[in-house]
Amino acid sequence: MTQKQTPLYQSHVDAGAKMVDFAGWSMPIHYGSQLKEHEAVRADAGVFDVSHMVVLDITGGDAKAWLQHILANDVAKLGFVGKALYSGMLTEQGTVIDDLIVYLSETGYRMVVNAGTREKDLAWLTKTSAGRDVQLNVRDDLAMLAIQGPNAIDKVCAIMPQWADAIRGLKVFQGLPFGEWFVARTGYTGEDGLEIMLPATDAPVFFAELIKGGVAPIGLGARDTLRLEAGMNLYGHDMDETISPLQAGMGWTVAWAPAERDFIGRSVIEAEKNAGVAMKQVGLVLTERGVLREGMRVATPYGDGVITSGTFSPTLKHSIAIARVPASTDSSAEVDLRGTLTPVRVVKLPFVRNGKQVFE
Amino acid sequence: MLDIPAELKYAASHEWMRLETDGTVTVGITHHAQELLGDLVFVELPKVGATLAKDEQAGVVESVKAASDVYAPIAGEIVAINGELESAPEIANTEPYTGGWFFRLKPANVADLDGMLSAEDYARELGA
Repeated sequence: MTQKQTPLYQSHVDAGAKMVDFAGWSMPIHYGSQLKEHEAVRADAGVFDVSHMVVLDITGGDAKAWLQHILANDVAKLGFVGKALYSGMLTEQGTVIDDLIVYLSETGYRMVVNAGTREKDLAWLTKTSAGRDVQLNVRDDLAMLAIQGPNAIDKVCAIMPQWADAIRGLKVFQGLPFGEWFVARTGYTGEDGLEIMLPATDAPVFFAELIKGGVAPIGLGARDTLRLEAGMNLYGHDMDETISPLQAGMGWTVAWAPAERDFIGRSVIEAEKNAGVAMKQVGLVLTERGVLREGMRVATPYGDGVITSGTFSPTLKHSIAIARVPASTDSSAEVDLRGTLTPVRVVKLPFVRNGKQVFE
Repeated sequence: MLDIPAELKYAASHEWMRLETDGTVTVGITHHAQELLGDLVFVELPKVGATLAKDEQAGVVESVKAASDVYAPIAGEIVAINGELESAPEIANTEPYTGGWFFRLKPANVADLDGMLSAEDYARELGA
């Protein structure tokens, strides 16, 4: 099967990227060193091509009611154009189909879902909207760039002086349309920054301007270590259709009020919540040598858990992991590290925010 | 872009070997191996004095991406290790064939080297 290419494929190759397959897309894993890219985002600014993600515009008279039915979070919270909401989309069994961001737009809503779940998400959205006044428009004509890091907004504003005041005025989790462009103060790294959707044809020039403006190109490798330090879930790893959002650290994204909003999966996770959730999501910290990896068993006095994402933390210089463990788990556990039960600390997520350690 | 020095010997498990003038054999991981692993973050080396059988585990390399065992490509006694790698594992990324060597062993039988892959064989092994 031929791999799909984003509008920035040639830009990546020209920048020296090592390209790999990701969910059927040819994507940059790094441009030389994943660790240096990670550090660039924590200390300065980096740009990620996330054009493989799926952008959908939603219009129609029933759009709001439908989104209130299919999302665990409540789009009624979106008070003005450009405001963003993070939500899970659940099965009837109360497990996670995908996690996504939905914005209130001038014409309705704009939704961004994961690339790896594209086909099943579109099938689910089509199925659940059937018979309603809801139109779905997949925006494959758009590219999407994330520019992240303490200097990200300054560097974008230097390139886009005409929009600088408006961009600086954005609060976290807010966006604004600029003609065909949409600029939002969101991200997946634990740093300040922007996510920008723009016409695919504009993307290579803008990407080149960013690099010229001192923004480092960042591959998917560093994207993963950055989001893990930030304690953010990755679909297919930290949660999927076998896991309840309440066991995957997504409890805060479920809007329980109003009680009469009957979103898909509600009855199941509400019963789970009332009965007491058996497993919880935590962070694990290993300060000695070794790297915690996805799938490793976590032993606790209350039963076993599992590492759902693990890596070496470039910021903390030791290994960290996101794990699902029995709810009673206290401040310590052991991980089966290549055959050796190794003590680890159990901490509250995230690990890193704005370049600094935040746990403990 | 394969970097496979012609004067070295190789194992299919991606170690390289160099016969030194004193009869010992220096072992490291190949350019291809470090490229597969990505940025290295931990290296675990064998103990000096340990006697290893051919293909016995001699150490571990961990990158941001994966952990991988390092093997003794031929039998012998460990006579030196590159302690610098423990504090600066990235040397094995940047200089896999020079500063990034892992350990030196005194071969049980130096003729064992003859059975290892030549640069050409190793390149073929990688599908080049």
